[in-house]
Amino acid sequence: MIHSLFVINHSGDVFMEKHWRSIIPRTVMDYFFEAQRQVVKDNKGHEDVPCVIATPHHYLISIYRNGLYFVAVCMSEVPPLFVIEFLHTVVDILEKYFTECNESNIKEHYVVVYELLDEVLDNGYPLATEPNILQELIKPPNIIGNLINTVTGKSNVSSVLPSGQLSNVPWRRADVKYTNNEAYFDIIEEVDAIIDKTGSTVFAEIAGKIECCVRLSGTPDLTLSFINPRLMDDVSFHPCVRLKRWENERILSFVPPDGSFCLMTYHVGCQSAVAIPIYIRHNFFLPKENSQSQTGKIEITVGPRQTMGRVVENLQLSIPMPKFILNCTVTLNQGRATFDPVTKILLWEVGKIDPTKLPNMRGQIHIQSGAVILQSTPSVNVQFTLTQIAISGLKVHRLDMFGENYKPFKGVKYLTKAGNFQIRM
Amino acid sequence: MASGNLGLTYGGQEKTPSLSGETEFAAEAGAPGGLFHADYKRHDDLKQMLDSSKDSLKLEAMKRIIGMIAKGRDASDLFPAVVKNVVSKNIEVKKLVYVYLVRYAEEQQDLALLSISTFQRALKDPNQLIRASALRVLSSIRVPVIVPIMMLAIRDSVSDMSPYVRKTAAHAIPKLYDLDPEQKDELVMVIERLLSDQTTLVVGSAVMAFEQVCPERTDLIHKNFRKLCAVLVDIEEWGQVIIIGMLTRYARTQFTDPNINGTNHSEKDKPFYEESEEDDEKGKQTESLVLDPDHRLLLRNTKPLLQSRNSSVVMGVAQLYHHLAPREDVAIVTRALIRLLRSHREVQTVVLNSIASMSVNRKVQVNVAKKFILCVLTYFFVVLKDMFEPFLKNFFVRSTDATQIKLLKLEILTNLANESNITFILREFQTYISSQDRDLVAATIQAIGRCAAGIKEVTDTCLSGLIALLSNSDELVVAESVVVIKKLLQTHQGSHGDIVGQMARLVNRITVPQARAAILWLVGEHCEKKRVSKMAPDVLRFMARTFANEQDVVKLQILNLAAKLCLSNPKQTKVLCQYVFSLAKYDQNYDIRDRTRFLRHLVFPSTEQALLAKYAKKIFLASKPAPVIESVFKDRDEFQLGSLSHYLNSRVVGYMDLPNFPAVAPDSNVRNVESPRPVIPVTSLRGNSASAPSKGKKKETFYSESSSEDDDVKDESGSSDSKSDSSSEMDSDSAESDSDESSSEEDPDDSVDISQQNIVRLSPSLSPSPPAQRLSRTLVIESSSESEYSSNSSDSDSNDSDKVVKSSRMPPPKSNLDLLLDLDVSDSAPVMASVSGIPLGTLASTPITDSSVQPVSAAYISTRPTELVSSISSGCGLQILYRYTRSINLYSPSMVTIELTLVNTGNEELTEVKITNKNMPVGISMHEFTTLASLPVGATRLVTVGIDFGDSTQNVSCDLVASGRPIKINFRPSVGELIRPVTCTEGVFINEQGKLKGMNEHSFSITNTLELEDMKNISTKIFRTTNMASINSSDPNTLRFAGQTLSSKSLVLVTILVGVNPKLTVSCEKMIIGSMLLAELKEALKN
Repeated sequence: MIHSLFVINHSGDVFMEKHWRSIIPRTVMDYFFEAQRQVVKDNKGHEDVPCVIATPHHYLISIYRNGLYFVAVCMSEVPPLFVIEFLHTVVDILEKYFTECNESNIKEHYVVVYELLDEVLDNGYPLATEPNILQELIKPPNIIGNLINTVTGKSNVSSVLPSGQLSNVPWRRADVKYTNNEAYFDIIEEVDAIIDKTGSTVFAEIAGKIECCVRLSGTPDLTLSFINPRLMDDVSFHPCVRLKRWENERILSFVPPDGSFCLMTYHVGCQSAVAIPIYIRHNFFLPKENSQSQTGKIEITVGPRQTMGRVVENLQLSIPMPKFILNCTVTLNQGRATFDPVTKILLWEVGKIDPTKLPNMRGQIHIQSGAVILQSTPSVNVQFTLTQIAISGLKVHRLDMFGENYKPFKGVKYLTKAGNFQIRM
Repeated sequence: MASGNLGLTYGGQEKTPSLSGETEFAAEAGAPGGLFHADYKRHDDLKQMLDSSKDSLKLEAMKRIIGMIAKGRDASDLFPAVVKNVVSKNIEVKKLVYVYLVRYAEEQQDLALLSISTFQRALKDPNQLIRASALRVLSSIRVPVIVPIMMLAIRDSVSDMSPYVRKTAAHAIPKLYDLDPEQKDELVMVIERLLSDQTTLVVGSAVMAFEQVCPERTDLIHKNFRKLCAVLVDIEEWGQVIIIGMLTRYARTQFTDPNINGTNHSEKDKPFYEESEEDDEKGKQTESLVLDPDHRLLLRNTKPLLQSRNSSVVMGVAQLYHHLAPREDVAIVTRALIRLLRSHREVQTVVLNSIASMSVNRKVQVNVAKKFILCVLTYFFVVLKDMFEPFLKNFFVRSTDATQIKLLKLEILTNLANESNITFILREFQTYISSQDRDLVAATIQAIGRCAAGIKEVTDTCLSGLIALLSNSDELVVAESVVVIKKLLQTHQGSHGDIVGQMARLVNRITVPQARAAILWLVGEHCEKKRVSKMAPDVLRFMARTFANEQDVVKLQILNLAAKLCLSNPKQTKVLCQYVFSLAKYDQNYDIRDRTRFLRHLVFPSTEQALLAKYAKKIFLASKPAPVIESVFKDRDEFQLGSLSHYLNSRVVGYMDLPNFPAVAPDSNVRNVESPRPVIPVTSLRGNSASAPSKGKKKETFYSESSSEDDDVKDESGSSDSKSDSSSEMDSDSAESDSDESSSEEDPDDSVDISQQNIVRLSPSLSPSPPAQRLSRTLVIESSSESEYSSNSSDSDSNDSDKVVKSSRMPPPKSNLDLLLDLDVSDSAPVMASVSGIPLGTLASTPITDSSVQPVSAAYISTRPTELVSSISSGCGLQILYRYTRSINLYSPSMVTIELTLVNTGNEELTEVKITNKNMPVGISMHEFTTLASLPVGATRLVTVGIDFGDSTQNVSCDLVASGRPIKINFRPSVGELIRPVTCTEGVFINEQGKLKGMNEHSFSITNTLELEDMKNISTKIFRTTNMASINSSDPNTLRFAGQTLSSKSLVLVTILVGVNPKLTVSCEKMIIGSMLLAELKEALKN
């Protein structure tokens, strides 16, 4: 399956390699670099490096995250998603260990990373990928832990097998003890939408997820029920959720892993009407092809629409301008706007929308002299948040705990964000 | 426990060096960049650190070496220095050395061999993690010389008690197979055993090994098929992917095509459909009826996995449905696939790729349906209607998507287009044309062309739309439109003179060679049409002027145009044509020169070759077949969906073709798992073990209560679940045995089944060669001798238990095995449930590594119980006595069996007698007796508990609750009871003793002179103190005793020299055990 892993940074250096089978020479990466160069030549983003590259003897399957490429080398048939999903899992694990998975963190903790890589794969097959188990096998590095280790001479590596590995709940570590028992549930919904020129909704969907942070002693058995579970269209679960229970009663019943994890994701599909919290009035035009003028105009006004009585916060518009644009000069009545001349992105950080005084931006677009003007229209990518509400209307009914005797502290938080929210101009 | 030892012995040593090493560490951490210079002095440095006695220095050195490996620097010259440290007791150093070894052993095979013995020793370590990691490294170092050792290690580990070790063994199988494919036959046998394993942890890896080594052996799957389906939900995600892949292939060989009826109907029975819809219904019914129950089981059990968070699992199920399910069921996977589109970019790419391919195929089916069944068929339309169509909008392109993804989405939209949604799609396409992404614009125009070609209704609209694009300011758009229009005109019948004329004018403007070539071709093709015929010579004239500077494609088309014009309108163009030909004659490109030569002879024939030239006009101006504009994903059907080959659309190494459905399904009975047979052919019994899941396995799973069962069973298993969860922390062998236990508690009917199944497990645990019969016989002997000793007290009990056995509908004894069951049960009645559930399997997994050392039964068993809690101190009149039975514990062989006699001396009945609140130190586990419902006044009950002391003499305390009142009890083992007697030849004894010298040997000179006639007396004393067996000795003055610690199976050897210098020697690998045993024996001999 996975023979080797190479980690490559932004400047194209292999700064970590790990082989689970025979050594594969680094030169195999040349194919990858070639593909990378090709992408740069075509003026495309890092995202456009093909995720599967076939070379005469190897297959390079890569992912791009946090400015790093993780390239797995395979030599025979394997489902590509298997490898991709696995690489993402590895990055997730590293993020859990070092809060951020970047080059400096990996370099700083290369021993821990190496030990982890050794543990997650055996001969190219995944062995243990549950964060709870790994954290028991190899302690995540932290300052206090390092101090204790240097003083006592103990190591980061456990000498006994985590019992979770063998139990029926492999995702939960054993002997969890907390003085404060608490369980927090964040219901986060993202609105994906495409809104066309005229302001009508082409496509809208809500993608929700429930992020939990559960710190409960012992082996608690939780059930979470919703007031309106039928809203959820398509769901996927953490392995801890009992599927049959959901199927029959629409109740989430599970023994949670320790710490934070994503309990479920769901969709609220096209069938139900999705509330679009904002609208945009825009006016964008470029000078005619043969005209002498070298300036175009842009004007945007944002207003609240169906916000369910909440205030739209952290509003941010980013507009990728056509390549031939030199600069934008805009005046605003609110927030801050920047234009990045390299990526050609006009970014407007609006902040809150005050319904009495709508945020407005107007200004001029300067065209590079001599450039061919192509009549193309940019689209606006919108970010916003609505706190204290799930825009689909989903509500938690109650959370019960069985199996333990203490009374946990429980909390539920709702948040709505813009996901992939696009307005075509 | 082992860690406890480590801490004890080495903790003290480590403190000082780590303090001194601190400054150094900080300095290194400060400059991570400048750490690794491939500089020899540095390496000397490392060597010194590795040679030092301080663990912290070694660790530091190892960390730096790992850093070098991680960066891809060569650290091979350090091999000798590193490999020495493989014996390090520091677990982290050890681990890093392992990493190093795996990396470099292949290059330095001879030196690597030095480390092998360490692994062999570690393979027998009591700590399962150490056993597992030793096996992992041993199998990973890729040194061909050790193949036999690996084979041995794998065979042993496959019958290890710890499922984790068994899992590791499964992982080791493909490694060994890669190293030496000749081992295949033997490995297949090992795999067969692993496949029948009952723990979910192991099954995934076992199937992985199967896929790697012997994917063609479908016969191994038959017996396990239903089990695999049943436990699929509980297996970890990665195992699920592999199992699903394997089952897809398996199902393709075992079941018939679920869609075969459907398609046959629609083709053959076409007239019927037109008559009535009822037939239709019938057709549907037969279709669903033919599905094999196992086929349906597979589909049903994989469906929940669509809700997995792991995209590859979802994809796995999707491809399984795609390849196996009846057509109307396939649609259920769409929603899950759509969900994946919100995942990472790479996931999106792969999923879109698969959807693109699926949408093409589904589309084809729609067309087929349309062709054959035109009129009625609302039903079929619903079924076959494109499964992704409702999700059309999910494929709308966003400007933030990566180009690859945009193109794939476009492809899918095009595939999904039909009469009803085309306007919608075209409107969407329009917005893409004004996108900033040039690739997308180009692809969109192509897509419009495909839609126009495919859907007659919109051809004209599309065509005029495309023509409108010809006046676009963007040249790329124009060029692309030209190419597409050219294709469209070819497919579209009718006169397009004006369009061609309009395009001909563009020749001046357009510089993209493809577009120019397309225009020229069109002009040539339509040169006889009214409007074009006038313009064509001008076009040619114009092109002739720029000929030399054109691209090759354009040049070829100019030649074509010249030839065609010359034939249709020689008056105006003949000279021009000759001019062009002579230009081309001296072209650099030989293709062009060849073409010129060929054309010249056709168009301007020299007299004798006029034969062909006569037909020149027919040849050139014949109507050409229209190109078929279709998806590039069309031909991917030959590959399994979601595979790498499918993604790349080329055959990847190791790709296995998905077999076609058999016309007639093979016998489905092979998957049946029969009821136990009296005889013990190994294979059939193995089948039994696989059958158990149908009853027992279901309950074992974590999701047990959710499996469709009666309500009361639900509740019960729910409670046992929580119980097994809590107890799993203590049991070394938790997952498997716990659940077995709980299931046997639930319904005693099952217990017989399960015990049978456990017996089965025992047979292969021995190396495959000796037949199962032999082992069972030895076991019988063993247990019968046991019962001899313990019979005094439990005679009545064994009668009882006989009854119990009979009441549980056991078949009359036919073989040794059944006899064996009886005997085992005789231990004591109350523990019946656990007795029948667990013991034999675990017994069998005792590693019989060295055939020369064999466990025997105890030489002496005390019959008098000792008081543990007096009737007064218990407070409720319960008196507890205990006695070491010195029999092998039935729950786990590493447990000491303690028989408790509970006597109710009080004056009220005690109820609910059980053990709770077990407060175990690490590494110690306990198996309590089953709760006694009541203990009447004056009654006496015998119960047994098993305690795994983990070879330590720590106190184990727990509460025995009677009538809700807790009574504290304390087990303090004497070291002599932690040993089990073994026997061997004298030679082996001396040999083994020779290995245990130095620290491992404890001796003591006996001061009071012992007489020879005391020999018997001494033996008795020894036997009383410790549970060992005497070894025949050739020297009359020497007494030898041998035993084995229960947990770690390390040998304990006692020698007593009588005569002039009487001496007592205890040799044991475990120093603490050795010294404590010596002390106890000393005490015993004094009295």
